[in-house]
Amino acid sequence: MKRTTGGRRTSRALLRDVALVCLADGIVGLSFGATAVAGGLPWWLPVAMSLLVFAGGAQFAAVGVVLAGGSPAAAVAAGAVLNTRLFPYGLAVADVTGPAGPPGSPRGRWWVRLLGAHLVTDESVAFALRGDGPAGRRAGFWTCGAALFAAWNVAVLLGAAVGSAVKNTAAFGLDAAFPAVLLALALPTLADRRTRAAAFAGASAAVALTPFLPAGLPVLAGLGGLAAGWRPRRPGRLRGRLPGRLAGRLPGRRPGRSRRGAAG
Amino acid sequence: MPLLAVAALAAVTYAFRLAGPLLRDRVTVPPAAQRLLSSAAAVLLVSLAATSALTAGHGFAGWARPAGVLAAGVLAARRAPFPVVVVTAAAVTALLRLGGIR
Repeated sequence: MKRTTGGRRTSRALLRDVALVCLADGIVGLSFGATAVAGGLPWWLPVAMSLLVFAGGAQFAAVGVVLAGGSPAAAVAAGAVLNTRLFPYGLAVADVTGPAGPPGSPRGRWWVRLLGAHLVTDESVAFALRGDGPAGRRAGFWTCGAALFAAWNVAVLLGAAVGSAVKNTAAFGLDAAFPAVLLALALPTLADRRTRAAAFAGASAAVALTPFLPAGLPVLAGLGGLAAGWRPRRPGRLRGRLPGRLAGRLPGRRPGRSRRGAAG
Repeated sequence: MPLLAVAALAAVTYAFRLAGPLLRDRVTVPPAAQRLLSSAAAVLLVSLAATSALTAGHGFAGWARPAGVLAAGVLAARRAPFPVVVVTAAAVTALLRLGGIR
């Protein structure tokens, strides 16, 4: 791992921010392991899932579908749709997930690229995108990705142990941790009015459909909310991909731009 | 949930992750498609947050959980640190349940 630019101050700030994110996600991982095991799944299932899938939202969605009585196929579908966002994420950070060196250098260390791909998450992408310059982006991605992988899996393992010991996890309110994290992750993206309209419509539809659809499908149906927020934008206003806005959640630069500024 | 389902989800997830870096030089995602994908991710996150806050199975989850999530949401909107947000959600929910509110 290289941390060359930015100097000591930046890298200390980076480590502090990464630690905060790991702590928060650790609590979520704890609640994931505990919820899954207390719900009746074997302890190794959330643990294996965390190692192999390593995507909190999809893991919760899949296990949630199964615990609610949905089929394994519905569980996989819900998790998979949620993870489609990893494709644009991967495009956005493709320059840092592979080995360092000039792009296109033949036969680079292919296993570094394979490993880096597994570390693409909401958090590591956000850290990559707020990094300064190529080295800063690389440092953000790998520091966050590696630390989070360790923290997440240890936390899920601990949670599974807690879930086996404490049967009544609801008393500790652990079931509220997951929606809270999702909400906190989504909030910065809701600064955009169209996205907000789409998200509100989608969430309303998903909640309204929950009594009638098999578990897992209401969230997918929420995608219909996109229609509510969708208008073609003028090309002059193309700024910021989602990861950029996601990065706005983290402490650091976020230039305030007047919304109606230069509209003519 | 069988191990096969975990493996399937893991394979699909990894394929999405690897596709970006592999295809970067060969495809360019048009900005409109990229915005659509971004919005789709946001909509999914909020939909999942709403359903997991408000519902359990096919019914209402009770008041304690959404109250905890709401408190956490207010803190998150005020840019409270992430761990504070998460602990608040669990603590508010747990205290309400302790007080007899489900």
